[in-house]
Amino acid sequence: MDYLDQLESEAIHILREVAGQFERPALLFSGGKDSITLVHLALKAFRPGKFPFPLVHIDTGHNFQEALDFRDDLANRIGERLIVRYVEDTIRAKKLKEPTGRNATRNGLQTFTLLDAIEEFEFDCCIGGARRDEEKARAKERVFSVRDEFGSWDPKRQRPELWNLYNGRIHKGENVRVFPISNWTELDVWNYIRRENIALPALYFAHERELLLRDGKLMATANGVIKPEPDDQLVTRKVRFRTVGDISCTAASESEADTLDDVIAEIQATRISERGETRMDDQLSEAAMEDRKKGGYF
Amino acid sequence: MDLLRFITCGSVDDGKSTLIGRLLYDSKSILADQLEAIERASKTRDNGEVDLALLTDGLRSEREQGITIDVAYRYFQTPKRKFIIVDAPGHIQYTRNMVTGASNCQLAIVLIDARHGVVEQTRRHSLIASLLGIPQIVVAVNKMDLVGYSQDVFSDICIQYAELAKKLNVSAVTYIPISALNGDNVVDESKNMPWYDGPTLLHYLETIVISDDVNPAQGRFPVQYVIRPQTAELPDYRGYAGKVTSGTFRVGDAITVLPSGETSVIDGIELAGQSLQEAGASQSVILHLADDVDISRGDLIVRTDNQPVTSQTIEAMLCWMDTKPLSVGSKYVLQVGTARTRCSVRQIAYQLNVDTYDHTEDVDSLKLNDLANVVLRTAQPISFDPYQQNRATGGAILIDETSNVTVGALMLVGEAG
Repeated sequence: MDYLDQLESEAIHILREVAGQFERPALLFSGGKDSITLVHLALKAFRPGKFPFPLVHIDTGHNFQEALDFRDDLANRIGERLIVRYVEDTIRAKKLKEPTGRNATRNGLQTFTLLDAIEEFEFDCCIGGARRDEEKARAKERVFSVRDEFGSWDPKRQRPELWNLYNGRIHKGENVRVFPISNWTELDVWNYIRRENIALPALYFAHERELLLRDGKLMATANGVIKPEPDDQLVTRKVRFRTVGDISCTAASESEADTLDDVIAEIQATRISERGETRMDDQLSEAAMEDRKKGGYF
Repeated sequence: MDLLRFITCGSVDDGKSTLIGRLLYDSKSILADQLEAIERASKTRDNGEVDLALLTDGLRSEREQGITIDVAYRYFQTPKRKFIIVDAPGHIQYTRNMVTGASNCQLAIVLIDARHGVVEQTRRHSLIASLLGIPQIVVAVNKMDLVGYSQDVFSDICIQYAELAKKLNVSAVTYIPISALNGDNVVDESKNMPWYDGPTLLHYLETIVISDDVNPAQGRFPVQYVIRPQTAELPDYRGYAGKVTSGTFRVGDAITVLPSGETSVIDGIELAGQSLQEAGASQSVILHLADDVDISRGDLIVRTDNQPVTSQTIEAMLCWMDTKPLSVGSKYVLQVGTARTRCSVRQIAYQLNVDTYDHTEDVDSLKLNDLANVVLRTAQPISFDPYQQNRATGGAILIDETSNVTVGALMLVGEAG
């Protein structure tokens, strides 16, 4: 069996375990390439039936419009339920202080909105598109990752995970984060997207765009999310986005790759990791991701 | 391209993390920013040199203590193959993590420090690899640079290990002398050991033939989920979703549903909307049957001409994984495939000494990391194959009913007499 077939089959198996073991699961869907891949895998796992879970998006209010439009179109096209919850609402309701200053991002606030959504809909399981190759703390996380009522991950109290047996038994209030594409790398996702001919938002492919050049990173100017500062330069470059998360912490990379083949060739040749290149928030400390996960981050 | 999952095991200071770092580094799987990050971290710790081990210790407390606590998974690929490295902790108190890591692997690399030869951890890890049914073992004799690249030292260790292997159920052992620190025989051939004419470690990993399905005749399909759209277009659609864990199913095959024993014939096989004539091991598909049989999650569909054991009294090898001890008479939830049933531990036949491989009888409780032969009594009949014949249907877990934690790994042996 080809490795992509193996990874696909493993992911479908995991999705069906979610369907078999949980009462109220949800699939976290942002309109990015990893969650689009998850939706594609869910189609393979459950069609001709309906998904046994809704798609849920936690919108920071600072997302790329192209990704949001793609998200809505895809949910529409496949006829599955999409639930959106807004960080903006959480900020207002909980009187959360919005981070300010240079490189401020709402990315961390997503956790509050996600935990509220889990409570509101009583989700006992949230499926996500995280991969272990993204970050070294993620390399340690199980496929079925049990979180306590505060959403916290405790790396020392992980359940042993043997063979392809997944244990999703939990107490009320706890929930499980499930990662069907844990064993995929960035390149695997792209190769699979090419093989399966999966459509993606145009952001992933090289296009001319007006950007802010700040500290050597190219940041999107969309929606006025990032306020230009005196030493920022307004530039026009041909870029693509390697990830399409929150605008305030996702940088673009200069690229000529405007087809799937070119994107794959570019990723094969790169000497910089996905998160290293684009995610500003992982570079705050050596344990930035681990600490956020302990706090309930997805 | 195919995929090989392997586990690395060895004592704390055998250089396991360095070996993994070396494999990733020499196969150009470490990216520049990751390397910079560990260079920065090495400087903060004032270790002098760049510490490749920092690449694998992902948790704050691991870095603080300088040891690996939990299993981590790393990925790399060469033009020939993709690899998943299961990086299991070598520390003595984390045997359960090694069992966790080993359960999915097709190959184990057992690291031995050339200066120390076969030690307690070598015996322990080899026993676990053997119990977990890993078909291939590579003994990587590391730190050859510290013994002057001596052929005699290497040969002695090979002889020591061969003695040990005789007591275990391991079939294929390969020996490779390496220096993970300097890169001898890891990715590149060593100029320091002209007497060695075998493959480098990476070459071996790239070329070893691994079959995922050792039991082509044992068609096994644990039912995960029943797909019933009940729409106007598909009012009668009823598909059984699951993964073929071993063997092959073809349209027209006579099947039996366990534990009920009802029979039918395969009417159709679907994969993502496409009809297939057959489905083989590790394919996630949907099966359709000719008759309306009562089937739900937890049932096992098998080929009628090759049936597993179905029983309520089961002998198994157990690795106890919880800090709360197991005692005879305790009740747990047993999960085999997609089936779950309550069970009680009826008897501990013997405890297995992981260092001497001796059996101790008259044991009435088990502590964290203990290995034992036990007899379970289940509330419902369970269908399974002996683990040494079929890892997919012979592996099982015990779940604590109150904490919901996975507390035991079971390698099912057979029906208890």
